[in-house]
Amino acid sequence: MKKIPGILAALGLATCSAYVLAEVDGDAERGAAAAGVCAACHQADGSGKNVPGGESWPRLAGLDAAYIAKQLHDYQSGERSNASMMPFANMLNEQQIADVAAYYASLAATQGSGGEGADETTLKRGKQLAERGDWSSYVVSCKSCHGPGNQGAGEVFPGIAGQHAGYIETQLQAWKAGARENDTQDLMGSIARRMSDDDIHAVSVWLARQNSAAN
Amino acid sequence: MIRKLTYAALSGTLLFSANALAEDEITQQYIDTLAELGYPEPKESELVHIPPTMEDLEDASLHPELKRVIRRGYDLFTNTQQLRGENVFNNMNCSSCHLGEGRMPFSAPIWPAAVTLPNFRGKNAHVNNLEERIAGCFTYSMNGKPPEYGSDNMVALSAYHQWLATDVPMYPQQPIYGRGFPAPERPEELSYARGEAAFQEKCSACHGNNGEGLRVDDQTVFPATWGDMSNNWGAGIVRVFTAAGFIKNNMPLGQPNSLDDQEAWDIAYYMSNQERPQDPRYTGDIKETLEQTREPFHKHSMYGQARETDGHVLGDHSNLGEKSFLKPDTVRPRTFE
Repeated sequence: MKKIPGILAALGLATCSAYVLAEVDGDAERGAAAAGVCAACHQADGSGKNVPGGESWPRLAGLDAAYIAKQLHDYQSGERSNASMMPFANMLNEQQIADVAAYYASLAATQGSGGEGADETTLKRGKQLAERGDWSSYVVSCKSCHGPGNQGAGEVFPGIAGQHAGYIETQLQAWKAGARENDTQDLMGSIARRMSDDDIHAVSVWLARQNSAAN
Repeated sequence: MIRKLTYAALSGTLLFSANALAEDEITQQYIDTLAELGYPEPKESELVHIPPTMEDLEDASLHPELKRVIRRGYDLFTNTQQLRGENVFNNMNCSSCHLGEGRMPFSAPIWPAAVTLPNFRGKNAHVNNLEERIAGCFTYSMNGKPPEYGSDNMVALSAYHQWLATDVPMYPQQPIYGRGFPAPERPEELSYARGEAAFQEKCSACHGNNGEGLRVDDQTVFPATWGDMSNNWGAGIVRVFTAAGFIKNNMPLGQPNSLDDQEAWDIAYYMSNQERPQDPRYTGDIKETLEQTREPFHKHSMYGQARETDGHVLGDHSNLGEKSFLKPDTVRPRTFE
């Protein structure tokens, strides 16, 4: 993340513009301390947890810092809503958001779960959707935005390979239902709304089984 | 229904069997899906073809060796970057412009080339076959050097094109539904400033503030819309109407037909006013090059014109991008004498 432009800080503008807020420099070491409250769900190693039949907690380890910071800002502003997450997001100030984001981004990406026991047909369909899409219903592949191996592309498109199946499925369903709308220009929402429940499930379990980081 | 029947009659397979009726239904469903996405329905006279998918290939009764070559063609088409430094000298894949693996109507589907060529092309003023047409994309859109005619890679790419055209008659008499990038009607005025604002608002999240696109791990996620890593000045999409047609029908990704006509044209105009590598037909002099290429091509682009914002003459440079040569030797006249 970039530093606050010195001239803006000097002019006292650093705290009154969303643009500048996003530019607060995060410190992973400070973030480790501030992340204490996150560990109850997201775990000490940032691996989160797949909770079958309940609310799954996403893996944060290795995600892009700017992406994490944006989500935290969106929880604070109400752009993204989640009852479990909101009170914790609201506890963080700007600096802490940047620090926590830097901290989780610095952790080694962990592997997802929730894809165990999926049948071959489901996995084949999930792989097709993730890597090639299904243009007959204008569902573009996950990879076309989430990047090679679906391991994330830039600040906007998070890594989804190795994310927990329960989390991916819940989020796609939320986009489909209009309950989550904080994506850039409805890029995810417009795709999710064209996906059947079976396809959402298939792509979620397939992605959960993939490698979360290139190595 | 009528559309499909017209097509069936022409291909000599007009059979009132359960099979034909099932096919009609599939065609209707295909058209309905496209209509929901905002595309026009086909006119009664138009040929509607649903190209086979890679799943269909597995089930097809073709020689296993042919299937393998078609798969290679598909792989080259969707990951053309594997030819980087050999045939491709920018960040493009074939599928960067031809969305949906070259199968999508209104995204310059590639199968029509297999059934309408050889034919005369105004761009180079001679009869071109499929391989030469594909070579054109490598020369201009990939700012590169085409695979040799008849080489493994060229045969594989051709095979993929031809297989997508399965069951379409050669030289069809009907116009083809969804061919090319049909441009919306040109608005009275195009605005650089509006185009720039719209690009920053609606395109830059993926293509970057400076049109640089995005690469991750040496792979293209979002192609560069101008600059050294984009197509050169000879690519079809430098024509403003072609860019407008591409944008309107395909962008933002997943949201075809979401921009209004004015926005699509303004963005195309803004893009067309940015620099990119030299046209391989460059003679060393912009005015002379423009004279030679204006009528069949550059009258639709901004090449050789002064940009309204700063007076910069577009294309007046000798920048070749990443490659070290101007013109691959496939760019040559043919006389058939």
